[in-house]
Amino acid sequence: MMNRKSALELLASKITDEIVVATYSSATDWLGIIDRPLNYFFSGAMGLASSHGLGLALARPERRVIVLDGDGSLLMNLGTLVTIGQVAPRNLTHMVFQNGTYEANGGHPIPNTRVDFEAHARAACIAKTFTASSLEQFADRLDMILHADELVFGCVKIEQGVLGPRSYKDMYKADRRAALRAALGP
Amino acid sequence: MTAPGQQGAPRLRGSVIIDEIKKAGVQYVLSVPDLHTSAGLLRPIAQDPDFRHIRVCKEDECFGIAAGLTYGPRRSIILMQYTGFLYAANAVRGVACEQKLPICFMIGLLGKEPGVPPTQSGKFGVRIIEPILSAMGVRQTCIETDADAPRISACIDEAWRESRPTAILIGGRPEAQ
Repeated sequence: MMNRKSALELLASKITDEIVVATYSSATDWLGIIDRPLNYFFSGAMGLASSHGLGLALARPERRVIVLDGDGSLLMNLGTLVTIGQVAPRNLTHMVFQNGTYEANGGHPIPNTRVDFEAHARAACIAKTFTASSLEQFADRLDMILHADELVFGCVKIEQGVLGPRSYKDMYKADRRAALRAALGP
Repeated sequence: MTAPGQQGAPRLRGSVIIDEIKKAGVQYVLSVPDLHTSAGLLRPIAQDPDFRHIRVCKEDECFGIAAGLTYGPRRSIILMQYTGFLYAANAVRGVACEQKLPICFMIGLLGKEPGVPPTQSGKFGVRIIEPILSAMGVRQTCIETDADAPRISACIDEAWRESRPTAILIGGRPEAQ
């Protein structure tokens, strides 16, 4: 089983001018690996990462937007797959890191750990999908994740990460949002 | 005030609201259907090539999408019923209020009695909307007739100028043309 940090380190090594939207454990891991103005973090309202990503993808069609979602988070907003499948922005990659737990909330299991997120995405009319269960499989998908000219959904199966309180204080600072706006320009 | 539909009653036309939305430079409309605004607002908006209309599954999604759009910067308006606002309250709090984003949303007050202020409605769900918005610090206005409509573009412009959310309550039922 893959480690989330290893997968994110691989992604970070290839990232250029993409906007990365990350939430909870994915966000703290991502920020620990690569701190850059084009990172997008949002406070409150768990489950909305992909909705923020959809808005960004529409607002900035010249850039790819990569969403790093969690399985507990996505389950709070499953309708997002239907909404995104309908809009289908060509510059959006939505990835869910599936470890079967609410890692940020004490490690309790999600309601059904056998849920097939790729099947959900396909049922929502998202044509380009993948599931990666090893680092090698994830590496094989990197080009698609970063450079596809269509909407992509990916499920990345990972082991549970470190439990316990993580600090989100720094990532939610208004300065970060201002830096992102400045980096994007008018 | 005379009830809409009665002779000489003050009207609220959907076309007047739409003109105001356009005047404010709104490009995107994010909606979950609401019977109150269905015929007079949502149907004409859905057919209007000046808007990019996105049908959304549940109301809280709208706040995430609208937040992302502000990085365009692209102006949007959210259309939902008061029940949907209540459902999305945490997204209003976390996305619009705490991040101080110019997210503009219209709340259809389905079942509000014509001419009756929302806080005096016989419907519990309608009565509590303005106090909840006030508790969140969201500036709000209620549109009852055509005469109120100019406040719509003013509210949207102000929200963008000051980077904060704004709520536009649709009290009267917008008429279709």
